[in-house]
Amino acid sequence: MRKPFVETLENAAEQNPDIFLITGDLGFGVLEPFARRFPRQFLNAGIAEQSMTALAAGLAREGRVVFTYSIANFSALRPLEFVRNDICGHQANVKIVGLGGGFSYGALGFSHHATEDLAVMSALPGMTVIAPGDDYEARELTRLLAAHSGPAYLRLDCPSAPACARTEVALGRASQLRDGRDVTLVATGAILSECWTASELLSDRGIECRVLSMHTLAPIDRAAIRGAAEQTGGIITVEEHSSKGGLGTAAAEVIADEDLRPQSFLRLGIRNPAECVSGCQDFLRRRHGLDSASIAGRVENLLRTTGRARERAL
Amino acid sequence: MSAGVLPAVGADREIAVFAREIRRRALRMTSRARSSHIGSAFSCADILAVLYGGLLRVRPQEPGWSGRDRFILSKGHAASALYAALSRRGFFPSEALEAYSGDGSIFCGHASSAVPGVDWSTGSLGHGLPVACGMALAAQLDHRDHRVVALLSDGELDEGSNWEAILFAGHHRLDRLTVIVDCNGLQSLAATEETLRLEPLAAKWQGFGWWVAECDGHDHASLRSVLETARHQSGKPSCILARTVKGRGVDFMENSVLWHYRSAQGAELDSAMTQLE
Ligand SMILES: [Mg+2]
Repeated sequence: MRKPFVETLENAAEQNPDIFLITGDLGFGVLEPFARRFPRQFLNAGIAEQSMTALAAGLAREGRVVFTYSIANFSALRPLEFVRNDICGHQANVKIVGLGGGFSYGALGFSHHATEDLAVMSALPGMTVIAPGDDYEARELTRLLAAHSGPAYLRLDCPSAPACARTEVALGRASQLRDGRDVTLVATGAILSECWTASELLSDRGIECRVLSMHTLAPIDRAAIRGAAEQTGGIITVEEHSSKGGLGTAAAEVIADEDLRPQSFLRLGIRNPAECVSGCQDFLRRRHGLDSASIAGRVENLLRTTGRARERAL
Repeated sequence: MSAGVLPAVGADREIAVFAREIRRRALRMTSRARSSHIGSAFSCADILAVLYGGLLRVRPQEPGWSGRDRFILSKGHAASALYAALSRRGFFPSEALEAYSGDGSIFCGHASSAVPGVDWSTGSLGHGLPVACGMALAAQLDHRDHRVVALLSDGELDEGSNWEAILFAGHHRLDRLTVIVDCNGLQSLAATEETLRLEPLAAKWQGFGWWVAECDGHDHASLRSVLETARHQSGKPSCILARTVKGRGVDFMENSVLWHYRSAQGAELDSAMTQLE
């Protein structure tokens, strides 16, 4: 999703001279066109994420719309207190771009697995948290963020995920990719493609899923969760992220806050992110049960269990 | 020192009165609130008096004026002195200071930008300088002539983020940026030199490409002269190592880490006030 992001930002930078991109010394083969076209709107802050984050806040205070760019753990977690105090504390117009959501950099090891970024960023005051489901959403959401005011975090998955379906994209509103009544699959980030494939597998087996891309994790689309709880046979959240604090947690909060009664509710995520295992993204998704076949299997099991429970209740 | 470069406002006697007022107000605030850090406030009171007594270009009636010099108190725990200086300069009436650290007050114990005239909220060390770099970079890109001044403590230089920013400002030749280090030689628990050795500090900043000057941080004329010289440096950011005494102005507070924490009450408060007359 890096290319759609940078290309969209180039368009935004052309129209708005206040758009400013700062990299923490990353982006080989990706950022050069932007840097060449907009030398006065581009900066390499060096391998210094704390200072990058604070100076982004200072630039934003002087009217710039700043995007900071690095691998997710480096742009979001390394300078966390700078994000909190300088960006959120001043509601600075800074968009933090975190590359490589989940296991995008699987083979590079634990340091490069972005498995807590969404939870941590979502906990910060006033932070809009975005994880596009595919290149199309990455493009649309980048365009919307360039015009948005205030702090935001944009998680970009590294390998471009296959595009699923076309819907209109709006900040804070889940995109519905297909409708079905048996169950709702809610995804955040590029794991959306696994959910899409799972919904195809399930359709072949007679189970019709609603598929939602919850690309805006904070503020979450409460109406979409309510709709899924009331109109379909249950909610399954899927995220390439720790099962603590991300999409599943946010959905559970909505369910609790609004006293919703979904017929079933299941959170699929990474249970043990600290496991030190190398592997490509597909391998690690399978290992953590986040591939399309595993998701489809979990849906079938869940519907079988809740179906039996309902029969017992009758 | 050439008298010609000195600003019209702020003759030495006026600055002395300004500094004394900062100390008296900060002392009243911290004693009333039973809050810490009066030693840190006294340490930088003369620096703030020189800055707000005329050197900084600000408009008290228009705190957000875009042409103002930006000032960041990176050692945000000395907020009482900053609030006192801003009230003395006319940003708000001195009675407002009575709310300091109180329930529901905007006058937080660490510098808060909710207070008119405070450009940036601080409190966690190592933030002010990199934020100031962003502001100075914007001024440089836009060819604007206001200055960005950040006041740091010496102990604060333990924070790695400062050294990232020192490298950055040197590399980008941010000549609109001035850092003042309040070098009182003490930090939270002990002397800076016993904790993490900083000296030779001037050589370190010079090595990162900064113009560096040292001065007595309680001598107003010397501070003013060196700040004026810094203002006219081109091609380099400037750093002033202001040699100070923590707790300066009240004999039993001077050079003691105790007054990083303790607030003056009763006889101590009376004695301190007497010394500040
Ligand atoms: Mg000190």
